[in-house]
Amino acid sequence: MASSSIPAGAHGDPTRRDFLMVATGAMGAVGAIAVAWPFINNLNPAADTLALSTVEVNVQAIAVGQAITVNWRGKPVFIRHRTEKEIKEAEAVPLSELRDPQTDDSRVTDTAKKVRREWLIVVGVCTHLGCVPLGTKPGDPRGEYDGWFCPCHGSQYDTSGRIRKGPAPLNLLVPDYLFTTDTLVRIG
Amino acid sequence: MSIKFSLNKLIPAVAVALAAFSAGTIATAAEDMPPLPKHDWGFKGPFGTYDRAAAQRGFQIYKEVCSACHSLELLSYRDLEGLGLTANQVKGIAAEFQVSDIGDDGSAIERPARPSDHFKKPFPNELAAAAANGGKAPPDLSVIVKAREGGPDYVYGILTGYVPYDKLTPEQIKEFNVKKDDNFNLHFPGHRIAMPQPLEDGKVTYVDGTKNTLQQEASDVVEFLSWASEPHLEARNRTGVRVILFLLAMAGLMYAVKRAVWADAH
Amino acid sequence: MASSHGAPPVFNNKVVAWIDHRLPIFSYMEKEYHTFPTPRNFNYFWNFGAIATVMLVLMIVTGIVLATNYQPNADLAFASVERIMRDVPSGWLLRYMHMTGASFFFAAVYIHIFRGLYYGSYKAPRELLWMLGVVILLLMMATAFMGYVLPWGQMSFWGATVITNLFSAIPVVGESIVTWLWGGFAVGNPTLNRFFALHYLLPFIIVGVVALHVVALHVHGSNNPLGIDPKGPQDTVPFHPYYTMKDGFGVMIFLIIYAAFTFFAPNALGDVNNYIQANPLVTPNEIVPEWYLLPFYAILRAIPDKLGGVICMFGSILLLLVLPWLDTSRVRSCTFRPIYKWFVFVLVIDVLVLGYCGAHPPEGWYVPAARLATTYYFFHFLILLPVLGKIERPLPLPSSIADAVLKKKAV
Repeated sequence: MASSSIPAGAHGDPTRRDFLMVATGAMGAVGAIAVAWPFINNLNPAADTLALSTVEVNVQAIAVGQAITVNWRGKPVFIRHRTEKEIKEAEAVPLSELRDPQTDDSRVTDTAKKVRREWLIVVGVCTHLGCVPLGTKPGDPRGEYDGWFCPCHGSQYDTSGRIRKGPAPLNLLVPDYLFTTDTLVRIG
Repeated sequence: MSIKFSLNKLIPAVAVALAAFSAGTIATAAEDMPPLPKHDWGFKGPFGTYDRAAAQRGFQIYKEVCSACHSLELLSYRDLEGLGLTANQVKGIAAEFQVSDIGDDGSAIERPARPSDHFKKPFPNELAAAAANGGKAPPDLSVIVKAREGGPDYVYGILTGYVPYDKLTPEQIKEFNVKKDDNFNLHFPGHRIAMPQPLEDGKVTYVDGTKNTLQQEASDVVEFLSWASEPHLEARNRTGVRVILFLLAMAGLMYAVKRAVWADAH
Repeated sequence: MASSHGAPPVFNNKVVAWIDHRLPIFSYMEKEYHTFPTPRNFNYFWNFGAIATVMLVLMIVTGIVLATNYQPNADLAFASVERIMRDVPSGWLLRYMHMTGASFFFAAVYIHIFRGLYYGSYKAPRELLWMLGVVILLLMMATAFMGYVLPWGQMSFWGATVITNLFSAIPVVGESIVTWLWGGFAVGNPTLNRFFALHYLLPFIIVGVVALHVVALHVHGSNNPLGIDPKGPQDTVPFHPYYTMKDGFGVMIFLIIYAAFTFFAPNALGDVNNYIQANPLVTPNEIVPEWYLLPFYAILRAIPDKLGGVICMFGSILLLLVLPWLDTSRVRSCTFRPIYKWFVFVLVIDVLVLGYCGAHPPEGWYVPAARLATTYYFFHFLILLPVLGKIERPLPLPSSIADAVLKKKAV
């Protein structure tokens, strides 16, 4: 009988039938999106991954001039207890000399806007191609600027973790951190 | 004469068949067990929810009584926020426990647990648990309510079903081979359970002042364990209602479309 | 009759026309799923092929996302499934959908098979179509069996142990085959790992066989409740929109029941023992497969001899392959087979009885019941069908589908 798509005729006038088709199609589309969402959301980080998104570090044991490395979200984070000399060196650098201009103050401020100059916290991943720079352990080479030296391609960072020499384009990343007490810092 | 087959007849038949199969998979006990005590759990049914106050009391019981022998290893401390506890409360609870970890120098250390850690196990492994408990390891309680026929009613029945030796009839002693040191439980298959009665009136002093009868304690700990077995129950129920309402509407529309399309063909 | 309906379709859209000229997917879709002449007298039993396809897609999609979090290692599997239930976003939903989906996939396929049995859809020229269907069923059973092992619960482990041990019944090489299947001296980590790999693989093989199944169907077109061939366009309607919309409606109803189980009774069809982690040293009181395998489990246990049980169990399914040749009736549909139609109902009840017996320990009256039901099953296919086909007097067939439909309308 009918070989065309939607047969014209009997049940209700064309506009009512069109409305029915459109309404059904629209509802079907809504349903399809509602079904798709859990499958896509499923790939988002799970609760146990999210629970590891912050790490708390007690910095009391880090002496002046010492630095440690902690694991945060699978990456190394350097925490350096800076000496007065290192702080003065960092503050003395004019911004025009920097490839990625940032004041030292802006890099030692926590999320509560409190500045603690003696604590430098940076992600220990070279912004060039991702190696871990040396300079945290005693005896490590620190490069010409007394900060960190990346052995892979020679990037050199200063006492504020800023790139001074070498191929890296950006300063070492400063993660969000908050000193919940004078000795306890929450990173992330 | 042909018999008309209609979906109307088929669906209930299939449903009955499926129900028969599912009922059939329930193990029929060798003898007639007393029926499980009936308890109105608020989380049953399509609109069920957990009583968070009861579950928190139940957690207190788990912590003070059960955790000495029973692990809850599939849960993490942070999951307790699902009971209505705050992040700080959870941090405090976790910190009460010492868990093993590896220090910076590679040696084994003990440190306070964090919310992200799994619940600390009372025994390092299954063998140690069995050795410390007369040869039978106390089961992990993470999904106990789903792992037993009768679910929450069964766990409640076990906790409240102990009968002291001197209250047993001579027939019971003979039929079930009960010795004086055995723990007799009405609802445990075989009746001789390895676990001595864990709860009794006044075993735990509730923080919120609720009366600490055996029935209350048992009911609260079952509420906690039910939540532990199925923490997303409420989301599941909520989503289910919405999905079925949507599908009913969609089915109605599809039926109308089908009728419209077939109008001239019949 | 699936005769083409005239000139090949012309597409207005230039991109569509360009693609179709080089790879005629659009003409194919137009011919096979739009204008394809389909008998106009389908009842709702004919929905279940489409429903089964929807369930297959659902199982594959949920399975893949579950696989992104599942750990196929004996020490980690159970905990990884619980992690999916608790920590993975919407993990509980996907797991329950996959679990319940398996049951509903089998339910749809069993109803689909019943339709085939009752209406003679397996008879010439659709014998190969039917045989491909049996192959799909076998692949489904293998997939489901292996899938059930993956959560590594007590029933996973012990069900795997019992079923793989069956192969030791094979004389001479049996034990070696079992060791080969296990990858060790008992069901263990190697077994779990390979079951995961195969469980992931087999559904795509099923998709391939389903494709062959549908291609075979389209050669001669669908059967219909009257079992008589369409004689012209008055007997058929185009597949779209008539059956696309009818199937859509049927799928919605099916999904409502599926959703009811998934959201409100997800563990009703399962076994509580599978929420206990696998313990090779402790056997559960009763080892029971999922409901859709129960009838075959009952046949296995009904035969007192181990090898005999294995042969009868596999035989009960392989038997279906030769069904087109066992049935000697010249009439397809049971609508016109007044005696045989009742035996089809008896067979259904017989399979239900087998399933019920399979769920219970082989003691007491379950033993003779299972044996009687097994005997009837084989009697039905091996003796009843060939004999009845020859001696039964079928009812007179209508002259055409259109006539029968018109007559029904006139009543």
